[in-house]
Amino acid sequence: MHELSIVMGIIKIAEDHAKAADATVIDEIELDIGTMSGIDMDSMEFAWTQAIKGTMLNGTARKINSITAKAKCLDCDTEFEIKNYYDACPVCGEHLIDIVQGKELKVRSLLVS
Amino acid sequence: MCATCGCGSDGKTTFYLVDKDQPHTHDHSHPHDHVHPHGHTHTHDHPQASEKKIIDVEQDVLHQNNLLAERNRGYFDAKNILALNLVSSPGSGKTSLLERTLKDLKGELEFAVIEGDQQTNNDADRIFATGTKVTQINTGKGCHLDAHMILHAMQGLKPKDNSVLFIENVGNLVCPAMFDLGEKERVVIMSVTEGDDKPLKYPDMFHSSTLCIINKTDLLPYVPFDIEKAKTNAKKVNHHLEIIEVSCTTGEGLPQWYNWLKSKVLQPEAV
Repeated sequence: MHELSIVMGIIKIAEDHAKAADATVIDEIELDIGTMSGIDMDSMEFAWTQAIKGTMLNGTARKINSITAKAKCLDCDTEFEIKNYYDACPVCGEHLIDIVQGKELKVRSLLVS
Repeated sequence: MCATCGCGSDGKTTFYLVDKDQPHTHDHSHPHDHVHPHGHTHTHDHPQASEKKIIDVEQDVLHQNNLLAERNRGYFDAKNILALNLVSSPGSGKTSLLERTLKDLKGELEFAVIEGDQQTNNDADRIFATGTKVTQINTGKGCHLDAHMILHAMQGLKPKDNSVLFIENVGNLVCPAMFDLGEKERVVIMSVTEGDDKPLKYPDMFHSSTLCIINKTDLLPYVPFDIEKAKTNAKKVNHHLEIIEVSCTTGEGLPQWYNWLKSKVLQPEAV
């Protein structure tokens, strides 16, 4: 349930930026969330509905860019999509892989007025 | 920034520096006397879109925590403190490993300890009994320690130069994985009374750690735990992971852990 801490962090970032731009309404928030960022989307959804009450994100449309995780095999240089850390390289079967994408957890932009 | 996991408003974090002159019931919160870093905002006006405008935020959600973690890291580096973040599920023997280590290496290395639990000072009292400086953090409803808590714990603890700081995180193999505390190394502990597939079930923690300690090896004859399978699983998740097998009860494997620890302690530079 660290997702609640994450949502609170998102609210703070959004409100800080909106206030700094003298905005009163946040119409849309765009988030980048990697499939291996450590966020469980169901927990995030639950935390979101509870946490945004009484904040500037109440009623804000949400755009989530899900970024598919990719790894690179250190043995044969193949780049491939992964779902789990323990996935093997589809070409050589090795587990010597490094994650190159999919750990993102970022507020990309806000649409304010 | 403080962990606000759960929904109660009473989930406040408390800090308790164990002191023989203070009664156990004395819980005190440290004052918030540091400045939080602030990000800066870029705005782009879109003339056609009347009053609506897009703000390019491009900010990592954990940015605040990561900044504070780097601040802690700078403090540790300046004082040549080796900070280790110990993570595991509850009951794997983190505190027992610490007790044994603090006793066995007493006189060889200087130690300080931060204990993280939701409630009670029990672990801090155990550590204090070994003669080590210790601060207990009670996270209340929080499921993990964060860099902000470590910063405040440090204000009371004031670990010595050239010391080893053990940070025993809240027993939880999920949430603490995402929060950098400013540590040099992350040590994940599992025990043979757990499943040998634990690294596959909780991969984030094993992926973000540098050392894995498999504890309670004296119980191997009595449990179905396949130690080779556990090691293979851990390596599948993180091929960089070092693995040390120990028993805090018999002392088997502990010299290897102590050697690892000593190899990470940098000798203070002569001034």
